[in-house]
Amino acid sequence: MKTFKLGGIHPEENKLAKTCTVEYFPIPKQAVVFLTQHLGAPATPVVQKGDKVKVGQLIGKAEAFICANVHSPVSGTVSKIEPATDFLGYKKDAVFIDVEGDEWDESIDTTPDLVSEIKLTKAEIIDRMKACGIVGLGGACFPTHVKYLVPPDKKVDYLIINAAECEPYITVDYRMMLERAEEVMVGIEAMLVASNAPVALIGVEANKPDAIEHLTEVAKKHPKIQVVKLKTKYPQGAEKQLINALTKRNVPNGKLPIEVGCIVNNIATTYAIYEAVQKNKPIVENFMTVSGKSVPAPKNFRVRIGTSIADILNAVGIPEDTGKIISGGPMMGKAMSNVNAYTVKGMSSLLLMNDKESKRGEVYECLRCGKCVHACPMGLEPYMLYACSDAQLYEDCEKRGIMNCIECGSCSFGCPSNRPLLDIIRLGKNRTGAMIRARK
Amino acid sequence: MKRKKIIIFLQRGFFFVTTTQKIVSLQFQKLLNDIIMVKTILLAALVIGAIGLIAAVILYFVSKAFKVIEDPRIDEVAAHLPGANCGGCGFAGCRALAEAIVKSNSLEGRKCPAGGDMAAIAKVMGLEAAESEPMIAVVRCNGTAENAPAKVNYDSAISCQFASSIFAGESACPFGCLGCGDCVKACKFDAIHLDPVTQLPVVEEEKCVGCGACAKTCPRKVIELRYKGKFNRRVFVSCINKEKGAVARKNCSAACIGCGKCAKICPFEAITVENSVAYIDFTKCKSCRKCVAECPTGAIHTANFPPKKETPSDAPTSQETPSSNENNQ
Repeated sequence: MKTFKLGGIHPEENKLAKTCTVEYFPIPKQAVVFLTQHLGAPATPVVQKGDKVKVGQLIGKAEAFICANVHSPVSGTVSKIEPATDFLGYKKDAVFIDVEGDEWDESIDTTPDLVSEIKLTKAEIIDRMKACGIVGLGGACFPTHVKYLVPPDKKVDYLIINAAECEPYITVDYRMMLERAEEVMVGIEAMLVASNAPVALIGVEANKPDAIEHLTEVAKKHPKIQVVKLKTKYPQGAEKQLINALTKRNVPNGKLPIEVGCIVNNIATTYAIYEAVQKNKPIVENFMTVSGKSVPAPKNFRVRIGTSIADILNAVGIPEDTGKIISGGPMMGKAMSNVNAYTVKGMSSLLLMNDKESKRGEVYECLRCGKCVHACPMGLEPYMLYACSDAQLYEDCEKRGIMNCIECGSCSFGCPSNRPLLDIIRLGKNRTGAMIRARK
Repeated sequence: MKRKKIIIFLQRGFFFVTTTQKIVSLQFQKLLNDIIMVKTILLAALVIGAIGLIAAVILYFVSKAFKVIEDPRIDEVAAHLPGANCGGCGFAGCRALAEAIVKSNSLEGRKCPAGGDMAAIAKVMGLEAAESEPMIAVVRCNGTAENAPAKVNYDSAISCQFASSIFAGESACPFGCLGCGDCVKACKFDAIHLDPVTQLPVVEEEKCVGCGACAKTCPRKVIELRYKGKFNRRVFVSCINKEKGAVARKNCSAACIGCGKCAKICPFEAITVENSVAYIDFTKCKSCRKCVAECPTGAIHTANFPPKKETPSDAPTSQETPSSNENNQ
């Protein structure tokens, strides 16, 4: 079984919604679509107040290089364009749409049939990705088409599909592998065309044996695609760790995977690419797990973007002992401070942690036990980075490689003194990054 | 008998001879040792002395060749600075400011905000010190536990900068004080503390020197440096929320809603309303306090004014008080 070399931890899996098939969440009455749903510059609105829009119609145009198009997830009338509060409590520009019916744009193929023949060329596929606003749905929301603009001196040896799903609780990728494997395979074929890669590797953690079996069965029809079993260990799905596990190559510090001839995409992105390339359907829907230990019935939903998070939570019922609501996985997700917000691209889960789970323990002094050093998958010394960041010694932080931190949270997870290691390191990384940029 | 005596005599004689021999040889050896020791000491002293002499000669010539001429005024200027190295002047420390003053030979834009004796420095430099108004740090947030009740609990690293990066604040106001005390940590003069009840920072007026370290470190720019004012009396808008009135009031009952009433009543045009928040220009404000009575949310705060009385003569500015009283009624 393949795995990455350094560090790693074994959190409780808690895949509670494992057996729930993906349900369509009802279309909301009002959709609020943020114009910044991706990494990079915000999209420019191309609709005005009072405009009629259809599902899949372009409402935010990408003008910067690292930016992604935003499409209307519903059909109806644009009621206003003004800042709305996101789940962190900050204001971001958004388009408010009052929903009327469910009319799709004519160019979109809405039939559920599988279209397996790829007619488009490499350049057309990349253009389609850009036009349909495809972003990395693993969590970072990096515009996908930018990944496929390979510099002329580089060659792609491996196309890597991240289906590890190493975060506890989240089960949408697992459900996708079971329910939509054929579509995913066609999506990978399209990505192989776009990247000119000779082989695609799908990395799946060993805790999903039925998914591995099913994918292997389906992949028999696709000679270029291999399914690889990975050891169950967090953070197996982190980009650099996954490349190391599958190809034994190491991405140099501060470089992108293309440096070692790899392109990494999440399996959810693969499905979005299938829909974009074969059906001309932009990202208007999200796959989302709503789970938690106290939640009576955890669910996997397919939700329209711009749906109110409060509505989704009310649909599953908020347990009384909820202490924290997290967007994303429990390891890398962010705690929400405002549930009156709206879903965005890449929001793959809503977790309702109970009081006991969410509470942080009392913080003690560092014991120098070295558990964080042992756990760090990047081979850093988190306790030292913490000390340097806390003392604002950002030069030292840089020397000790703070910029290589992938913010996986393995160090904080195992700390017996409950020290907020990642919190302070993240701050230090932020400051050090600003310092390095200011130098240029 | 005789034989016995002879034996005893010989024994004694032998004993005498051996002991004297021993003593003499011991003495001789001691002497010899002494001579050797003196020799060693002398040799060591001579060697060390010679090295010292050679080194001294080398050092003398080196010091002549690489002599650094430092302006003696730097030390004199530095002596008049507080020596806390707070960085409020914009230089790395007090000595750096002293060097900058002496090197540029001007006091323009170089001022110790932390109580350095600028008049004495000007005397050392033979320049004229510009008169400047003393400054003080002012906390412009009303988000007490009462006005802006917490909607979520923050339970992470105690750092405003970090908290600001992950959420809007416990009261959901994205502009207000986060209450983690980065300003308290930044203050070198122990002049700012968190109030245990309101969780807002409070500036101790006697200790604050107006260096601005807290204002620099605040990620929300809640703290501002303002004129200390006559008799330490100040009027300021204690809110920087740029949201629209209704939105701001949802999170904080004492937020500035940008209604502009204060700007209308101000006789000195000191108040401007921009992005639905009012700002009092401290260079124009004459502390008449007309705006305080006008504010519907109580967002305008005053400092160190005596409690208002009905008789106009007791008020600090006799001209304006009658009109403000009328407004009250």
